[in-house]
Amino acid sequence: MELFTNQILAGIATGAIYACMALAVVMIYQAIDHLNFAQGEMAMFSTFISWQLMQWGIPYWGAFVLTLALSFAGGIAIERLLFKPLAKAPILTNVAGFIALFAIINSVAGLIWDFTIKQYPTPFGSHPFLGSQLISTHQAGMIGVTVVLLILLYFFFQFTRMGLAMRAAASLPESARLVGINTSWMIALGWGMAAAIGSIAGMMIAPVVFLEPNMMGGVLIYGFAAAVLGGLTSPLGAVIGGFLVGIFENLAGTYIPGAGNELKLPIALALIIVVLVVKPAGLFGRPIVKRV
Amino acid sequence: MSAIQESVTEAPVVEAVPKKAMTLGYGTSLVMLALLIAVPLFVKNFIIFQLTMLLIYAIAVLALNILTGGSGQFSLGQSAFYAVGAYTSAILMEHGGINYALTLPVAGIVCFGFGFLFGQPALRLSGVYLALATFALATAMPQLLKLGAFEYWTGGVQGLVVTKPDAPFGLPMGQDMWLYYFTLAISIAIYIFSVNLLKSRSGRAFMAIRDNEIAASAMGIDVALYKTLAFGVSAGITGVAGGLGAIAVQFVAPDSYTITLAISLFLGMVVGGVGWLPGSIVGSAFIIFVPNIAEGISKGLSGAVFGVLLFLVIFLVPHGARQGAIVAQHLIGKLRKN
Amino acid sequence: MLSRQQLRIAAFSTAVIAFAATSGSVLAQKKYDTGATDTEIKIGNIMPYSGPASAYGVIGKTEEAYFKKINAEGGINGRKINFISYDDGYSPPKAVEQARKLVESDEVLLVFNPLGTPSNSAIQKYMNAKKVPQLFVATGATKWNDPKDFPWTMGWQPSYQSEARIYAKYLLKEKPDGKIAVMYQNDDFGKDYLKGLKDGLGAKASMVVAEESYETTEPTIDNHIVKLKATGADVFLNITTPKFAAQAIKKIAEIEWKPLHIVSNVSASVGSVIKPAGFENAQGILSAAYAKDGADSQWDNDPGMKKFYAFLEKYYPEANKLDGSVVYGYGVAQTMVKVLEMCGDNLTRENVMKQAASLKDFVPDTMLPGVKINTSATDFAPIEQLQMMRFKGEKWDLFGDIISGELSN
Repeated sequence: MELFTNQILAGIATGAIYACMALAVVMIYQAIDHLNFAQGEMAMFSTFISWQLMQWGIPYWGAFVLTLALSFAGGIAIERLLFKPLAKAPILTNVAGFIALFAIINSVAGLIWDFTIKQYPTPFGSHPFLGSQLISTHQAGMIGVTVVLLILLYFFFQFTRMGLAMRAAASLPESARLVGINTSWMIALGWGMAAAIGSIAGMMIAPVVFLEPNMMGGVLIYGFAAAVLGGLTSPLGAVIGGFLVGIFENLAGTYIPGAGNELKLPIALALIIVVLVVKPAGLFGRPIVKRV
Repeated sequence: MSAIQESVTEAPVVEAVPKKAMTLGYGTSLVMLALLIAVPLFVKNFIIFQLTMLLIYAIAVLALNILTGGSGQFSLGQSAFYAVGAYTSAILMEHGGINYALTLPVAGIVCFGFGFLFGQPALRLSGVYLALATFALATAMPQLLKLGAFEYWTGGVQGLVVTKPDAPFGLPMGQDMWLYYFTLAISIAIYIFSVNLLKSRSGRAFMAIRDNEIAASAMGIDVALYKTLAFGVSAGITGVAGGLGAIAVQFVAPDSYTITLAISLFLGMVVGGVGWLPGSIVGSAFIIFVPNIAEGISKGLSGAVFGVLLFLVIFLVPHGARQGAIVAQHLIGKLRKN
Repeated sequence: MLSRQQLRIAAFSTAVIAFAATSGSVLAQKKYDTGATDTEIKIGNIMPYSGPASAYGVIGKTEEAYFKKINAEGGINGRKINFISYDDGYSPPKAVEQARKLVESDEVLLVFNPLGTPSNSAIQKYMNAKKVPQLFVATGATKWNDPKDFPWTMGWQPSYQSEARIYAKYLLKEKPDGKIAVMYQNDDFGKDYLKGLKDGLGAKASMVVAEESYETTEPTIDNHIVKLKATGADVFLNITTPKFAAQAIKKIAEIEWKPLHIVSNVSASVGSVIKPAGFENAQGILSAAYAKDGADSQWDNDPGMKKFYAFLEKYYPEANKLDGSVVYGYGVAQTMVKVLEMCGDNLTRENVMKQAASLKDFVPDTMLPGVKINTSATDFAPIEQLQMMRFKGEKWDLFGDIISGELSN
């Protein structure tokens, strides 16, 4: 029994990482109706920038806020420069663009900061949380930050005009334009926000996994999986999805005999496919009605 | 998060490609064919090897074109079928002593079955969700290949070394050259088969499903059957490519078939022109040669250079090589008039 | 007694005979294979400059810088080295392509230090069929020491199995009733180690109470550590690559588990693993080494390391000398240069392999004192010795004797 609770707790701890990333994924999906494969690399790059700022002497929270601002601006810049010209191109071409962006960011980060791992500080300390040896104060802090982000996003999308405008622009661009929404800038804004959220995710994740250019590769897959599981239109779903993926993966690894440990990821992904087959819009997503 | 349903007039993931634009004119086809037959006679063995890989990846990209460009199902998981095909060939050759040529149909059939089966749960998914599901399959494949349970057959993490075949009937040809012509023959056969498939009734059903699935089903097309069929055919062809790949490279290992391969094949399809079968070879050339070019330009930033070149391509020709071919056709037409 | 006249004749005759004998070799024909000329030796190399293993690309860069230094100092026997290095992205098919390019298109004399077990496995048959040396491969897999079946392939670093056997020997002696938990990377590296450990424990292989494998796609291995602690083991064998080793060290400290912690040599670098993981978390960890650590101040005045630091300053100033890969690249490049020097003017591929198999007590600047490189026609494992070390304060304390991890095949 103790092992079971331990694995659940450990799953929640890892799940916090996925939940963080999943929020950024949902954010970009809300803006462009598609998944951005370069999301993880952008988050990694932002984290490196914050690390560099700290190396230059700026204290943690200063670097944090500065990185947020820089990431927001960077996200908008990337969208305006690289993806606005592709707005009329087919979606698959855009996906190719995401992949190209991934390659560029990863390569440049490797050149500037090389591939040895770097320690990344946490503002929450690394002691056992409430005496539990399984969740450290940092991981508890990470969960806290994720929840705060979630609440902020919920308010943004449900109760602000900007949030509403963004949702409208993403799902019904024609009609949105008719009511005067500048859909083009909504997309740019979405990119900026997704980049900013991604940077927070990166800065929360780096203390656990260590900072290096390839750190987000694995996380992104899980982030996607979590977002899809929870429903790509629902930030709450993304967060819950993240925790569920973390927990389920751990339990699969612990309790499925034999190959369970070697097949943790495939099993987690298979689960998500099963859920999607039953509930195509994810656990908390809004069912999508298609018209001919 | 209210329970209000979100109604969406979803833009199709894959845009419609008119039937006529699906193939090359006869003249261009003959020129291509002549080139493909003649070039190996004048170049070194290493270049012949690269050309063989070019054809093999072109077959795989073509398979993806049938699936995505033909039936509109977005797949990022072709590397899984390629891997199954490769391992099938390798295992039959090394453990079963079966002749290499005979392993290819087996690889094709096994992958067809595998693809058909995967197509079933994929029925309920579309667009982004399907992409993720196929992505999951591709990510899972290397781990499945490493499983201890199969280690005797697959060689586990060490992989299997495959013997390269000699030219048959004592033909005065090097191994590389023979393998190239063998691959060329198979590529041509698959190309003709695919073109005919897309022109046939099944092909029209695929395209109807791609353009508007609901309308297609309202018209009486058995959407489930054709979608899974598309998956099966695409997987089968990819499996044959995988088998050829195993023979050409003479080695199979889980690390050879990662998600990077699936992404490369996807890029090959986009660069070649989604749904334009002849573009497959252009796409294949892109994914084989452009990384080498990028490396030549800058070793430290080879990934970045590749990304930049890719961006250039998609900015200039967002619809891939097909767009380039149409432009070329217009120019030639204009020249003729003058 | 010989008369003076006779002595003079004897001396003169001896001199003539001696001259005739030596002039035979002085006027000996220079022998070349493709890739070697009077002025140049072409050396090929395949490294993962991109992809999942790109952290090791720095080895290729270090080697390039080293050969630049050798060229600046006059080359080898008057010939400059032309070092051609290609990226394979850690993908076996790409490695095959690059190997063929090097051999058939660039026409190199030999392929030096290609990296990665999958890539090397993919090209091994081809290299041996083409009779081109696949020399000093950058992987510790045990299978490279097989001169009978693959006479053109040779390893360099101590094999994973021999290192694991050294740990097994240590455990049998120091902790005979220990309960061992093993965490290993699910690839050739991890599995080779595990085999070595179990073979080394022999009859007492039951000491291993838990084995956890992980994939490099996992973002963090923290949950594996949690699981292993729950098994009650008191020995932990950490068979991981640097990033995951650091994560493990940190997590073990966080959950206050205090096993006897052994980490593989691959992840023993102070700069790339221990420092990021936290010195305070790494006290008492054991490992083994065959080379000196660039981050370890105890070698600051060592003559060999001084040469290494001088080299870095002049030829590769942006290198991270805390990175164990840089030290590695220097050592193996130095070995290559030694072999080529030994070839003299006979630069055939066959002679290159012959000289590589004739290294006697060769000590590159970066080897630990006492570790020597030895090869023979039946021994294609250049480095077989390691010394165990314990982490104390901010550095590794070597202890015990230099142990040979020789496998009796």
